[in-house]
Amino acid sequence: MSLHQNLILALIEQHQPQLLAEWLNGLMRGGRSGAGPHRDTDTSEQAKRFIEQLRQGVRNGQFDDISTADWASMRELLEDLSRSRAAQGISPTETATFVFSFKEPLFELLRRSIPGDADLLARQIWQATRLLDQLGLFTIECYQRTREELIGRQQQELLELSTPVVQLWDGILALPLIGTLDSARTQIVMESLLERIVSSGAEIAIIDITGVPTVDTLVAQHLIKTISAARLMGADCILSGIRPQIAQTIVHLGLELNVISKATMADALRLALHRTRKTIVDRAAPAAREA
Amino acid sequence: MGEIPILKIRDCLLVSIQVDMHDRLAMALQDDLTQRIVEDRARGVMIDISALEIVDSFIGRMLNNIAAMSRVLDAVTVVVGMRPAVAITLVELGLTLTGVRTALNVDKGLEMIRGIIDRGEREDDRRDR
Repeated sequence: MSLHQNLILALIEQHQPQLLAEWLNGLMRGGRSGAGPHRDTDTSEQAKRFIEQLRQGVRNGQFDDISTADWASMRELLEDLSRSRAAQGISPTETATFVFSFKEPLFELLRRSIPGDADLLARQIWQATRLLDQLGLFTIECYQRTREELIGRQQQELLELSTPVVQLWDGILALPLIGTLDSARTQIVMESLLERIVSSGAEIAIIDITGVPTVDTLVAQHLIKTISAARLMGADCILSGIRPQIAQTIVHLGLELNVISKATMADALRLALHRTRKTIVDRAAPAAREA
Repeated sequence: MGEIPILKIRDCLLVSIQVDMHDRLAMALQDDLTQRIVEDRARGVMIDISALEIVDSFIGRMLNNIAAMSRVLDAVTVVVGMRPAVAITLVELGLTLTGVRTALNVDKGLEMIRGIIDRGEREDDRRDR
């Protein structure tokens, strides 16, 4: 443990309540006063725990590296803090400011305790800055990670919502695809289609790609995979909703889909009904049909 | 090491694979099955794999082989009851079993075999006329 660390540790231990009071004052002044009483109590509680953890970390660990086990509880505290702030929708600047604003009372304290020795003071401040910067950056990283998790989860939910499997008739399923087909989405589409084939005992699945903006080799590959998997389960697939533009693209790319395709869902349904030996009759003209 | 039972339902043979397949068991099954197709003059073979949670490339090839052997002996092969997870795995492995017919369950498989045999006989009749 270095001399600098000893000095800062001694200062924190001696002046813990004072540091906390000054820090909280600074936080309130810095535009946080309008945050409401509930957040203020949260903040003061977190500030108290932060100083406590800082004291322990400084006593046991190194200033240069906060990824060691000595800083584990500090990291936990900061993770909690940024997680709850990210969930509340507080901006990243405000979240980081919480850590960075601790510099003000700490530097002030250092200045008062080392009068006259500018060289020592500068070195102490440099040490403290490095530590607090690391802690602040760690907080931002956690904040970012929480937000990314949130986005990922929403994406997942959107995926599940956007791939419905519809029962059109006894033994006929429809899968209207909307949006681009990537491998993650194909996986979900495939799984939900196969599950429905089992649960409904369907023999025919109509895959409608009216809502798929472009079909390239990769999308075609994914379609083929889905169709092959359905075939292995014992269900035939009909591809429908191929727009003229896409038909041209498929030919130009030289793709071989090897599947029955129909221009519209209606045509596909007609074929599916025929395959399952069913007909739809027009009741308005029974005489004409019988004649 | 037990052997896989082969059940006869009218002119179809039903094989239900309930245990993990390994090389020797697969060879024995191919032997038994071809033997039985000839002895019972079966027209259809149904392989039920609904109990299999893992189907690897080896079993995939075995299914293909059985279908090809049955075809030579003039019997139709239908693989029934594949689980969704197994189907996805096979597709990812690039094994789409193009030579094998599939059906959702034993009921539908039986219906499919009936349909194919009937269609074949009708075509023969037409040719005779």
